[in-house]
Amino acid sequence: MLQRPVIEINAVSKWFGKFQVLNNVSMQVAKGERVVICGPSGSGKSTLIRCINRLEEHQRGQIWVNGIEMNDNLRNINRIRQSISMLFQQFNLFPHLSVLDNLTLGPKLVRKMSQKQATELAMHYLEKVHIGNQAHKFPLQLSGGQQQRVAIARALCMEPEILLFDEPTSALDPEMIKEVLDVMLDLAEGGMTMIVVTHEMGFARTVADNVILMADGAIVESAPPEQFFNRPEHPRTQQFLEQILSH
Amino acid sequence: MSVTDFEMMKPIDNVNRALSSSGGSRHPLLTLFGSKTTRAWCYQVLVALLCVGFSWWLYSNAVDNMRAQRITTGFAFLEQSAQFAIGETLIDYQSSDNYARAVLVGLLNTLYVAICGIVLATVLGFIVGLGRVSKNWLLVKLAEIYVELLRNVPVILQVIFWSVLIRNLPAPREAIELFSFGFLTNRGLTVTVLQHHDGWVWTLVALVVALMLSSLLAFISRRLREQHGRAVSFTGLRFGLVIGLPFLVWWLTGAPSQLNRPELQGFNFKGGFTVSPEFTALLLGIALYSSAFIAEIVRSGIQSVPKGQLEAARSLSLSSWHITRHVVIPQAMRVMVPPLASQYVSLTKNSSIAVVVGYPELANISNTLMNQTGQALEAIAIMMVVYLIISASTSLLMNIFNRYVAIKER
Amino acid sequence: MQHSAIYWLRRHLFSSLTQSILTLTLAIVIILVGVNLLRWGIYDAVFTGTVDQCRIAAGACWAVIAEKHRPILFGLYPYEQQWRPAICMLIWLVSVVVSLSPACWKSRYLWPLWGVSLVVMAIFMRGGVFGLVPVSSADWGGLPLTLLLFSGTVIIGLPVSVALALGRRSPLPFLRGLSVIFIEGLRGVPLITILFVAVNIFPLFLPANMEINKLLRIVVAIALFFACYQAEVIRGGLQSVPRGQYEAAAALNLGYWHTTTKIILPQALRICLPGVTNHIIAAMKNTSFVIIIGLFDVLTATSAVMQDPLWRRYYIETYLFISAIYILFGFALSRYAIWVEKRIDSSRNEQGIT
Repeated sequence: MLQRPVIEINAVSKWFGKFQVLNNVSMQVAKGERVVICGPSGSGKSTLIRCINRLEEHQRGQIWVNGIEMNDNLRNINRIRQSISMLFQQFNLFPHLSVLDNLTLGPKLVRKMSQKQATELAMHYLEKVHIGNQAHKFPLQLSGGQQQRVAIARALCMEPEILLFDEPTSALDPEMIKEVLDVMLDLAEGGMTMIVVTHEMGFARTVADNVILMADGAIVESAPPEQFFNRPEHPRTQQFLEQILSH
Repeated sequence: MSVTDFEMMKPIDNVNRALSSSGGSRHPLLTLFGSKTTRAWCYQVLVALLCVGFSWWLYSNAVDNMRAQRITTGFAFLEQSAQFAIGETLIDYQSSDNYARAVLVGLLNTLYVAICGIVLATVLGFIVGLGRVSKNWLLVKLAEIYVELLRNVPVILQVIFWSVLIRNLPAPREAIELFSFGFLTNRGLTVTVLQHHDGWVWTLVALVVALMLSSLLAFISRRLREQHGRAVSFTGLRFGLVIGLPFLVWWLTGAPSQLNRPELQGFNFKGGFTVSPEFTALLLGIALYSSAFIAEIVRSGIQSVPKGQLEAARSLSLSSWHITRHVVIPQAMRVMVPPLASQYVSLTKNSSIAVVVGYPELANISNTLMNQTGQALEAIAIMMVVYLIISASTSLLMNIFNRYVAIKER
Repeated sequence: MQHSAIYWLRRHLFSSLTQSILTLTLAIVIILVGVNLLRWGIYDAVFTGTVDQCRIAAGACWAVIAEKHRPILFGLYPYEQQWRPAICMLIWLVSVVVSLSPACWKSRYLWPLWGVSLVVMAIFMRGGVFGLVPVSSADWGGLPLTLLLFSGTVIIGLPVSVALALGRRSPLPFLRGLSVIFIEGLRGVPLITILFVAVNIFPLFLPANMEINKLLRIVVAIALFFACYQAEVIRGGLQSVPRGQYEAAAALNLGYWHTTTKIILPQALRICLPGVTNHIIAAMKNTSFVIIIGLFDVLTATSAVMQDPLWRRYYIETYLFISAIYILFGFALSRYAIWVEKRIDSSRNEQGIT
C-alpha cells in the first residue's frame, strides 16, 4: 500500500517541566493498520497517543493526521479530532446522562443530527458491542466491562477513522477483560485503524500488525508480532518480554 | 462500596454483634441483665428519667422566678399596642398597631434583606468563583485575595465597618453625586426612579408574557428539531417579541416617562427612592461575607468535575461551550447546591446582626419587644421558632432537590 | 525548551486576545489602586503623633493605634494591672504552641493541660489572691477576653461535639432522637438568639439563690453552638469509616466503647479534619458576636474606642488594625491545617465520579 500514512509522527519530543517524557519519537501508521504500543510504566506511551489528539501538547517535532498538522491552530485541532476517537482507562462516561444520552450527545451537538437519527445511530452501535438492552441505564449502574463497551460505542458514534486506546482494560476485573477485547477484535477485523496502548500481549499477538516497545520516552523496537515476540532484536525488548510473559 | 450502602447498614447490627461476641470482656454482673436489648432499654429509660427530672426542675424554678419577679407569661401581649415606631416597613404600620403586627413587619424585613443579600452574594460569588478557576493568573490571584480577606474578617465587623463608613458620608447638602442619577449621603443612597404610573405595571406584565411566549417558542423549536428533524429557528420572532410587545404596551398606555427626582429641600431630599444606611450597611456586610464562601463553593464545584470528563468531551470534539453546558455545569451544580443552600440559610441567620446597626428586622424587633414587655421567654421563643422554620424548610427543599438530581448508581 | 518565563507569561496572562485585554485592564486597575493605597497608607501617613498632626496630614493616621491600642487590646481592665492579661495571653500562646506541635498530639495530658491553663488564667485575671488586686469578670475585656472565649469554646465544644455525633449515630433510638433535636435545634437558630437565651432566659431557670457567672454562661452557650456544627462534621467523618473497621473490631471482641475510642474515632477525625479546622476558625470569628450582649471583646472595645470624638474620624485605620488581627489568626490557622493535612494524608480517597 503506497498510500500516504494516516498518522505521521516525526521527531516528537515533550517535557513535563525538566523531565523529558518523549524523546525524539518517530513513527507512521497506515490506514487500516493495527498498532500495539507496550512498555514499562512511565515510558511515555500514554503521553504519545494523547499528543495525537492534542490532549497533551508536544514541544518539538511534528504530528500529521490525514495530512493536517497538529499544532496550536484551533481549526486544525477540531478537524483532526473529528476523525479520531479515544478510549480511556477510566472509561470517562458522563455519569449524569443515561447510556443513550452519552452516545447521542456528540452526534446531536457536533454532527448536528436530529434526536431520531442520533438514537438510531446509538442503538446500532450499542447492538454492535452487545449492550443494546442497557440503553436506558446510567453508567454507574453498569459493571466496568459494560461501561468500557459503552465508551467504545460512544466513540464509534462519531464514526472516526482512527481509534486510540489508552490502556482500555487496565482498570477492569479479569473476568471482564475478555468481553472488551472481543469487541476490539471485532473492530479490528472490520478494518478500523487502531493504536492500542496495552499490557494484553495475547491481543497484540492475534490482532496487531505492528508491535512497538517504548521505554524512557523513546521507541526501542517496532516490529510485526511474529518477529517481536519470537525474535526480538533489542536486549531491552527481551528483558521486557521476560518480565511480562513470566506469569 | 458507596456511602448510601453504608447508611443503610443498621448501626445496631454491628453493635449487637460486638456486644454479643464479648464473652469475657464484660463485667459478670452486667451479663446478669440478660440480653443486650434489655440493657439498651435500661440505658434509655435511665436517660429519659434524667431528662424528665431535669426538665421538671428547670420548669419549677422558672415558674417560681417568674412569679417572684412578677413577669407575666403567655402570648396575650401580642394583642397589645406596640407603642414604638419602626423606621422601615414593607407593609403599613403605625405605632398604635399591636405587637403581632410589629413582629410581622420584622419578619418581612428579614426576608427582604435576606433575599436581596442572597441575590447579591450569589452574583458576586459566582463571578469571583469563576475568576478563581480562570486561566488568567492575575485574575486568579485577585480572586484569592478577595476570598481570603472577606472570609477571615468577622461578619459583624464588616457590617459595623460599612455602617460607620456610611455614617461618615457627607450630609445631603454636600452629597456625593453619582452621574446626576443618585446621591450618596449619610442618610443613605437616594436615586431617581420612574414616577409611578399604571402604564409601567402593564409594561412589566407584557414583558413577563413576552418572556413566557419566547420560552414556549424555544421549546416548540427544540421539539420540532428532535422529533421531526426539522430545523425551524424562531430566534428573530422571539427577539422581536421580547422587545416589541412591552414597547407596544408602553406606548399604548400613554408612554409614561415621568421621573421621580429627588430634590434637596432643607436638610434632606424629597422624592426619589432612598435606601437607608442601616439596610445598606447590613446588606453589604452579610452579602460580601457570604460571597466569599460562595466563591469557594463555586470553585470546588467546578474543580470537582474529574479531568477525565473534560478529556472525554474534548476527544468527542465538543466545543468549549458545549462542554461547559452539558458536562461541567450539570455535574458541578449537583456538588454545589447543598453547600449553597446552607450558605443561604447562614446569610438569613446573619441578618440578625441588624441589632447592631438598627435595621428593624425580626431579631431587632424581638429585642425591643423583650425590653418593653419584659417577656423575654416568649419574645426569644418567637424569634427562634421563625428561624427554625426557615432552616427546616430550606433543608427539606434541599433534600427533595438532592433526591431528584442524584446521579443514579447501583 | 519552553519552560521559560516568556512561556509562562504567554500561557497564564496572554493566551488569547481577550485574555491579554483582561490582563492589561486588571494590571492598570491594580497599579492605580495600589499606588493610591501606598500613598495613603505609608507615604503620606502619620505613624506617631498627635491628633493635630493627623488632621493636617493627607494620609492615614496610624497614630490612632499608638494612642488607643491599650483600650482596644485590654478593654476596661484597670490600666496599671494590664500586665496581668498580657501574661495570660502569653500562657495561652504557650499552651497553643504545645498543643499544636505534633510531638504532643498523642499526649493524654493535653486536655488537662488546657484545663489547668484556663483555670490559671482565670484566677490570674480575677485576682484577689496572692496579693493581686481583684478585678471582676465584668471588667475583663479586649484580646484576652476574645482568646478566653475562643479557647473555652473549643475546649468545651470539641468533646461535646464528639458526644453529640456519637449520640446521633447511636443504636438507642431515644439517645438518637435527643441528639438530633439538640443538633438541629441549635443549628437552625442564629447565634444571637442563643446568646440572648444565655444572658436573659437562663437565669430564670435557676433557683433564686443560684447564680452562674455571666461569662461562663456565654462561653458555654457559644461552645454548645459550636459543638452542634462540629457534630455534623464529625458525623460525616464517622460515616466515612469503612464498614470493615467495625467488623474487624467486632472480630477482635472489642466492646462498643473500645471500638469507638480506639478504632473508629481516630480514623473519623483524620478524615474530617478540614471541616473541623474550618469550624475552629469560625469559632474565633464568632467570639465577636458578644458585642451584642455587651461583653467587651476586642471588637466591642474597638467600637467603644471609636466613640472618642477626637479620634473618631480615623475609624478606617482602627478597623483595619483589628481586621488584621483576625485575618492573621485565620490565615495562620488555615496554613497550620494544610500542613497537618499533608502530614497525615496518604491514601485518603478524594471524591470523584467513576
